[in-house]
Amino acid sequence: MPAVSKGDGMRGLAVFISDIRNCKSKEAEIKRINKELANIRSKFKGDKALDGYSKKKYVCKLLFIFLLGHDIDFGHMEAVNLLSSNKYTEKQIGYLFISVLVNSNSELIRLINNAIKNDLSSRNPTFMCLALHCIANVGSREMAEAFASEIPRILVAGDTMDSVKQSAALCLLRLYKTSPDLVLMGEWTSRVVHLLNDQHMGVVTAAISLITCLSQKNPDEFKTCVSLAVSRLSRIVSSASTDLQDYTYYFVPAPWLSCKLLRLLQCYPPPEDGAVKGRLVECLETILNKAQEPPKSKKVQHSNAKNAILFEAISLIIHYDSEPNLLVRACNQLGQFLQHRETNLRYLALESMCTLASSEFSHEAVKTHIETVINALKTERDVSVRQRAADLLYAMCDRSNAKQIVAEMLSYLETADYSIREEMVLKVAILAEKYAVDYSWYVDTILNLIRIAGDYVSEEVWYRVIQIVINRDDVQGYAAKTVFEALQAPACHENMVKVGGYILGEFGNLIAGDPRSSPLVQFNLLHSKFHLCSVPTRALLLSAYIKFINLFPETKATIQEVLRCDSQIRNSDVELQQRAVEYLKLSSIASTDVLATVLEEMPPFPERESSILAKLKKKKGPGAVSVTELEDSKREGGELNGGGDRGQDTATMAASNASTPSPSADLLGIRSTAPLGAAPASAGSLLVDVFSEAGPTAPSAAVNDDGFLSSAPPSEDPAPPLSEADDLLNKFVCKNNGVLFENQLLQIGIKSEYRQNLGRMYLFYGNKTSVQFASFTTTVSCPGELQSQLNVQTKPVEPLVEGGAQIQQVLNIECLTDFSDAPLLNIKFRYGGALQNLTLKLPVTINKFFQPTEMTSHDFFQRWKQLSQPQQEAQKIFKANNSMDTEVLKAKLLGLGTALLDNVDPNPENYVCAGVIQTKSQQVGCLLRLEPNAQAQVQHTDSPERVSHNYSSIPNFLHYLSPYSVNI
Amino acid sequence: MQFMLLFSRQGKLRLQKWYVPLSDKERKKISRDLVQTILARKPKMCSFLEWRDLKIVYKRYASLYFCCAVEDQDNELITLEIIHRYVELLDKYFGSVCELDIIFNFEKAYFILDEFLLGGEAQETSKKNVLKAIEQADLLQEVRIFLYHQIHLL
Repeated sequence: MPAVSKGDGMRGLAVFISDIRNCKSKEAEIKRINKELANIRSKFKGDKALDGYSKKKYVCKLLFIFLLGHDIDFGHMEAVNLLSSNKYTEKQIGYLFISVLVNSNSELIRLINNAIKNDLSSRNPTFMCLALHCIANVGSREMAEAFASEIPRILVAGDTMDSVKQSAALCLLRLYKTSPDLVLMGEWTSRVVHLLNDQHMGVVTAAISLITCLSQKNPDEFKTCVSLAVSRLSRIVSSASTDLQDYTYYFVPAPWLSCKLLRLLQCYPPPEDGAVKGRLVECLETILNKAQEPPKSKKVQHSNAKNAILFEAISLIIHYDSEPNLLVRACNQLGQFLQHRETNLRYLALESMCTLASSEFSHEAVKTHIETVINALKTERDVSVRQRAADLLYAMCDRSNAKQIVAEMLSYLETADYSIREEMVLKVAILAEKYAVDYSWYVDTILNLIRIAGDYVSEEVWYRVIQIVINRDDVQGYAAKTVFEALQAPACHENMVKVGGYILGEFGNLIAGDPRSSPLVQFNLLHSKFHLCSVPTRALLLSAYIKFINLFPETKATIQEVLRCDSQIRNSDVELQQRAVEYLKLSSIASTDVLATVLEEMPPFPERESSILAKLKKKKGPGAVSVTELEDSKREGGELNGGGDRGQDTATMAASNASTPSPSADLLGIRSTAPLGAAPASAGSLLVDVFSEAGPTAPSAAVNDDGFLSSAPPSEDPAPPLSEADDLLNKFVCKNNGVLFENQLLQIGIKSEYRQNLGRMYLFYGNKTSVQFASFTTTVSCPGELQSQLNVQTKPVEPLVEGGAQIQQVLNIECLTDFSDAPLLNIKFRYGGALQNLTLKLPVTINKFFQPTEMTSHDFFQRWKQLSQPQQEAQKIFKANNSMDTEVLKAKLLGLGTALLDNVDPNPENYVCAGVIQTKSQQVGCLLRLEPNAQAQVQHTDSPERVSHNYSSIPNFLHYLSPYSVNI
Repeated sequence: MQFMLLFSRQGKLRLQKWYVPLSDKERKKISRDLVQTILARKPKMCSFLEWRDLKIVYKRYASLYFCCAVEDQDNELITLEIIHRYVELLDKYFGSVCELDIIFNFEKAYFILDEFLLGGEAQETSKKNVLKAIEQADLLQEVRIFLYHQIHLL
């Protein structure tokens, strides 16, 4: 083709581009551009009217500058002027500028739409196409409003040129994607579907994309397309490579159209009409047969086009999942590709086989390729291919090959790329659990996992092994022995120490008979790791130590010694200090019986969805498990844990102590049993005393001065909330445990823990009298809109509470969305024949669902500044009644649930906090700043939130802070 | 298809076509990240990769990388051939196309692409038909200016 026919000779543009390319530095380039911009601006503003050519040239230069990455803030009007030019090239440049630099200036849009309207009605096919391209490129709602009703008419009109039809079809598709509500096919539906029969292959190629998209949304209206698509496909597949002339691509007839037809069929189930189905199966068989034929060309384009159709056909076969014969053939074909020299084909074969593995018909056939896939995992040079191989191994895993696959994945982990390790770890953990036949294998696998890739073992994984060990008593001894051995390694991962601490704390007694793992040896082993561990692990170890005192009285003196030393009892970390103090006191005051009750072995965990699966689901990363796999393993998970009722998913909450703001992993749940769990009333209150002395925030019992519940009307209806209910509630804003209510008859203790948007609250009802309470009932209710915001579930309590006894009730709480009211707890019982009726507010406040967030000063203030809208900010100035002691304030702010950020605020007097409120429906970031004014005893709180919409309750909880900080 | 990018071995963007609404800032970030990711890959590696929630299909022709982002259900191999057909169209139109043709006649590269792909879908896969449409527009035009030395893509 002669070069002279090309280009439109904008010499000025060519010179400018050339100048830019010759610029030696970024500065020189910017200088040259600014010069050009000034020149163009003056030309556009000048008195002399510019001719079309100059306008086109300057608009084109502006476009070039924009595409280089610079901002352009003028020239739009000139570009719009070009749209109404009669010269095609000028019009074309105008449209290109508008398509690339679309501007939402409404006056401009009106002008553009006008120009488009003129071109659409011009009956000049090239102009019409230009206008349609512009609509398709911009695809804005304004354009949809203006043209969505016009374009279907153009698409199906008998006299429309083919090229215009093609543009119209795809233009409509783009508008449908942006504004589906505006594109109504209605009466045109059948004529659009019949475009599949159009003589012009180009029209069919364009129209089918539109039809596929519409079919996905309205399958019923478009279902006639199935038989048309099958017959079209059949004609293409059976045609000779030369029949379709220019639509044949490297000897493959119409590869794009074939792929699109196969894709369209994947929107529907297999055809019901036997003849249609037969024809389709024939097509699929032909495609599979062709794959075995020798290639008609050595060019990669030939094999790519051919295989593109083959893979699409295999997708359809997998989609139908009903033709065992075709599924097995597909699998064999992919098996050949697994060893192909083309990396691309190996990649796609691994990917496609992953879906085949989930079909019952082809699962076994896929499994036969295990050696090849393992080899791919070991030898492929491209990490993305290895990733596919790992995904496939995961997908083809079942009971028969689990041990082999898990072993291979474990050995791969030692050298695996960092980017995929975490996912690999999750997968190994899931497979090990799902297919564990003997639990010693499961325990070995997880401990190996921690040994090999400790850094990538997330909390979920080691929580899970502990849940399973706790729930299966046949594996506890083995677990204790194995973890004890694993801890012998000179350097072991902190996660190993966590698992070790927990398991030995619970089941160390099972191996204590062996002098090589006597109690003291176990303790010394654990304690030798203590100093290398982070705070949460140390906290866990302290809990393990107190459990040791109960399990092995002979270790008591040694452990008390450790607890008593300054590095524990005066530790600067409040959590560690508190534990050391409490455990020391507990071990010295409590009788053996009390100790045994308090430190009893953990009860089995309620059965629930594996936390690891939940995590992998969340990751949704490459090769995420499909829903069916999840269901499967949920079922199998149930088996593995001995069934049981599948309660609300409380995630790993129970395995983590949320009673303190630091997410320390107190798996022992000490405090849930300590204050009130001990049955004898005297011992109970003694323990309360122990803890109230030790804790930094001493819970003060809320004594109802009215004595007997004389104020409550003796009615069967729930009483209105106590007048002091709000005050009782506010006491718990910054803490989770304590006595909620107390009068002469009844004491209600509370202990709660929260994790993400879930919470669990233990209520302890203590009968302080010597007479039994009869007809004891409790009702939790969420009044008004709280019902849709908070989900609280519980089981009824025993109707009789003996004198001096205590009963426990567990509430599972799920925060669905923002809320501001508290749930109500109504308690009714008969004491000596008289009905007692009392309603309290349960201390569930939005801040309980805070997740602390660490951030740097820079991030903090950047985000702070972004929150400038009035509804994103709340400020409150209030007076502090007590001295503003730094430590007390810090504890308070941590109790609120946020992270307290050091070195963030330039003024060291101020406190700065950040956290994310987790609800089921959304997560709300929250920043908080407290500015104490010591002279005026005034505090100043700011809390902008990182939300785009109004989030009403944050200011509310800030005022909880105020009365409470006064109370301390 | 969500977008198509052409960039040089030095990471300079030569053409960008976006089929989904994205802000200028997002486009710049995506281009930067993706160009970096692809340039870091070795020659014999596979032409497909997972990137965020998209599938990236790319191929290098001489000094230029052609890169398409498609959705999960899209066919990688046929996308690879979309790229090839586009290169063929450019080659046929410019007569042994090179990177400089695309730099100096960037508007033509966009026009050809619009005839071939519209809204991210193949509009016309016949080479003849696409070039016929483009040449109709060139009928009234003047001489192309040669200011550069050519290195051919094909």
